Amino acid sequence: MSAHAMTTNAGEPVRFFDLEEHDHPEGSSTMLGFWIYLMSDCLIFAILFACYAVLGGNYAAGPSPHDLFELPLVALNTSMLLLSSITYGFAMLSMQKDRVGATQAWLAVTGLFGLAFLSIELYEFAHLIHEGATPQRSGFLSAFFTLVGTHGLHVTFGTIWLVTLMVQVARRGLIPANRRRLMCLSLFWHFLDVIWIGVFTFVYLMGMLR
Amino acid sequence: MSADTDHDHHGLHGGDAHHHGSMKSYVIGFLLSVVLTALPFWLVMSGTLDRQATAFAIVAFAIAQIIVHMIFFLHMDTRSEGGWNMMALIFTLVLVVIALTGSIWVMYHLNNNMMPMSVHDMSQMP
Amino acid sequence: MFDPAFSTSPLLGRLSLQALPLHEPILVATFAAVALGGIALLGAISYFRLWSYLWREWFTTVDHKRIGIMYMILGLVMLLRGFADAIMMRLQQAMAFNGSEGYLTAHHYDQIFTAHGVIMIFFVAMPLVTGLMNYVVPLQIGARDVSFPFLNNFSFWMTVSGALLVMASLFVGEFARTGWLAYPPLSGLAYSPDPGVDYYIWALQIAGVGTTLSGINLIATIVKMRAPGMTMMKMPVFTWTSLCTNVLIVASFPVLTAVLALLSLDRYAGTNFFTNDLGGNPMMYVNLIWIWGHPEVYILILPLFGVFSEVTSTFSGKRLFGYTSMVYATVVITILSYLVWLHHFFTMGSGASVNSFFGITTMVISIPTGAKLFNWLFTIYRGRVRFELPMMWTVAFMLTFVVGGMTGVLLAVPPADFVLHNSLFLIAHFHNVIIGGVLFGLFAAINYWFPKAFGFRLDPFWGKVSFWFWVVGFWLAFMPLYILGLMGVTRRMRVFDDPSLQIWFVIAGIGAFVIALGIAAMLVQFYVSFRKREALRDVSGDPWDGRTLEWSTSSPPPDYNFAFTPVVHDLDSWYDMKRRGYSRPADSFRAIHMPKNTGAGVILAGLSLICGFALVWYIWWLAAISFIGILATAIGHTFNYRRDYHIPAETVRVTEAARTRQLATGA
Repeated sequence: MSAHAMTTNAGEPVRFFDLEEHDHPEGSSTMLGFWIYLMSDCLIFAILFACYAVLGGNYAAGPSPHDLFELPLVALNTSMLLLSSITYGFAMLSMQKDRVGATQAWLAVTGLFGLAFLSIELYEFAHLIHEGATPQRSGFLSAFFTLVGTHGLHVTFGTIWLVTLMVQVARRGLIPANRRRLMCLSLFWHFLDVIWIGVFTFVYLMGMLR
Repeated sequence: MSADTDHDHHGLHGGDAHHHGSMKSYVIGFLLSVVLTALPFWLVMSGTLDRQATAFAIVAFAIAQIIVHMIFFLHMDTRSEGGWNMMALIFTLVLVVIALTGSIWVMYHLNNNMMPMSVHDMSQMP
Repeated sequence: MFDPAFSTSPLLGRLSLQALPLHEPILVATFAAVALGGIALLGAISYFRLWSYLWREWFTTVDHKRIGIMYMILGLVMLLRGFADAIMMRLQQAMAFNGSEGYLTAHHYDQIFTAHGVIMIFFVAMPLVTGLMNYVVPLQIGARDVSFPFLNNFSFWMTVSGALLVMASLFVGEFARTGWLAYPPLSGLAYSPDPGVDYYIWALQIAGVGTTLSGINLIATIVKMRAPGMTMMKMPVFTWTSLCTNVLIVASFPVLTAVLALLSLDRYAGTNFFTNDLGGNPMMYVNLIWIWGHPEVYILILPLFGVFSEVTSTFSGKRLFGYTSMVYATVVITILSYLVWLHHFFTMGSGASVNSFFGITTMVISIPTGAKLFNWLFTIYRGRVRFELPMMWTVAFMLTFVVGGMTGVLLAVPPADFVLHNSLFLIAHFHNVIIGGVLFGLFAAINYWFPKAFGFRLDPFWGKVSFWFWVVGFWLAFMPLYILGLMGVTRRMRVFDDPSLQIWFVIAGIGAFVIALGIAAMLVQFYVSFRKREALRDVSGDPWDGRTLEWSTSSPPPDYNFAFTPVVHDLDSWYDMKRRGYSRPADSFRAIHMPKNTGAGVILAGLSLICGFALVWYIWWLAAISFIGILATAIGHTFNYRRDYHIPAETVRVTEAARTRQLATGA
């Protein structure tokens, strides 16, 4: 018994079943799924930005951006993150060329830049808190610490993920599953840099203009 | 051997063309980003333009740099994932704009209509 | 009564014996009943040695069909809890006149109406809708499973953890007393220092992770895993509405996550997002939570609109009228649902210009819904209508939901809303659309797809008994509330001093009792159907002469759904196949690639439950350890690269041959 029945106008049998089917390749949904997750993460940041927009002027007779922000430090931080973005790009280029060693090396450099970013940010936060500009001091500071801190938390998780991937690549090499994971982390990492553009523009630079 | 690698690539991606960067595109993206970061920082720190012009400029630079990131680092285009990536991005951006502008507009009106908190506030009433 | 000045210890945080509500007889009795029932259930499972079966076949499954069934069971169980809250409220409100305080203290009553809302929305409606989409969508698009089967399992167990956290609040501590949306400043630390709001926050955050991931999963599935030939405009309408629903989920739940996180920062870290002083703004919470809240109600109703499309078409024996306009209407509703949220707080004072804008957008969004209704009517018109239970529920939906929709348009007029906001009119409106739309739709869906899932139909007699009790009960329970609302009665009231109102509350109470009979009849229906399953057996896999691909499989479908992926040529592809005389392949079967079961989801969700509980009670060491455990388990899980297996071709051949024989004898 065949799986064909009536014929089409051209006289070919009508197929109702895919007998030659190729399975959906494993992991074929991963990039789209991860991208959609990133969009949802974008919305979380949008809400935090909205809160900063609404509450960012509520100093409660406490310190304001002028009193607190040190733009040179922020510029340094920004460059750390931007450099980490391009070094991750170099890691991806090495991955495309199947060069495990170079990939790992660039990933390591990326991780170091990420740690530098986090260290500078933690230093900044510690300094602010020491000055009395704590998250509890005002609506402005609550919004500031939460927005910038959430970004920092994402960078932290990204760095943990990066280290995990380095271990997994070391153990199994650049197999398809690891490549997919590296591509997902690439999206995540660059996306964090995009969010940071919003942060340094709307929080730090605009803050100094208020 | 590189031909084998290329073939492997397409097998790995299951027929769905993934758009990779090249050294050139990453470097161009990086250089553009550096410029688009340095300029707004300089504008604010030097105070060259007046406040409103500076504000417009830094927002324009931010949008430009985000687009640079999207194209050169995230390899966004209308073809990846059959256009679904771009559609998801546009939909998200629309929602972000609605949530941001909506919240700012609504909260501004709400705050304005709230009862004055003190004699000082009262004296500000029309 | 919770003593705000409770002591904390390093070991147990603020948990102590004081947290047990030993002085509340209702809770003690409830606990006794739950404990006895629970011991009986666990004992029975142990006695029949079912633990390893349950673990292997159900708890660790990544099969969308079993996960879908588990979601439905969760939703139906929680329906009983949420409805118990409803009965208690109706009883209290019918009694509390002429100086009587009723039988519930304010402290207790406030928790009941809060829990009722939270449970019904998050742990009844959402799981039921999610379970439905999980079960049906892969089958409708000719796929073998969802895009991310492990994530699916994980999402389910996170929802269970959230539900368990809410249930735990009954017996350990207390629940929030703020209403289901927990507005600050009432939900802030200053006015609700007790663990209630914390239970609320962590239950929703945990369940929210599950829901968001499930949304991502189903979008990827629908976009990437459709059978060859099934273009977007050849997808079944239920799949379209599921796609839009999951887009809404992914695009709205992050807002809820963010807002609840900010509230938890206020409560745990002393920040000032929504406080009354130091620069906080409680109105921002209301604004943000409704940016989530309005899309949420469309998340609840859109899948059921899809169900009605499938049901009207199948039981009228006709193609759905206006497929293209249905799709457009669904997409328009999806987008517009983001432009109406302020209608939930017209009275908060944003002024005429803002209120007018949102009032107009709210009225506009009723138009595509109306278009859908006309399409359903035109589908039925001149069809050969069979009034099986799904069709009965659909007709009941049409008559009931329309009333609720119209009162919604009434409320959309800001000046009218100034009178009716937070009155019983509002309560009547949203119960009208949720019960008339979501719940009646779910009952239609359950009766429609039950045979597919279990291999036998549900007993029609008890189904009709349940139907009539529900419909009569609903109208009795909620029409009085419209009247009371128009007379000015406020929601969430415990005691009344105007005796002329009592008769309406008594009628509403009777209505609730009739609904209770409806629920009981539904449970009887399940039981009787199981007992009579041979008589109700569905041998063909297509008991209703369906039109979409899920009806081409056996009932229940094999693990792999389809031995060969179907090729689609037209809308209503199964109807197309039947009409053109397809024939089943009898040979050349191949081994089928399947994902393996895993316990990682259960473990991660269990650790999340412990972490949530620890955070509620300020048991910091436990929260830290369980959180690290979650991270370690998640990272550890990624080191497992061997997550699949193959069903041998021979097994497929045997299964398919059995099915061919079954079809031959059944016909």
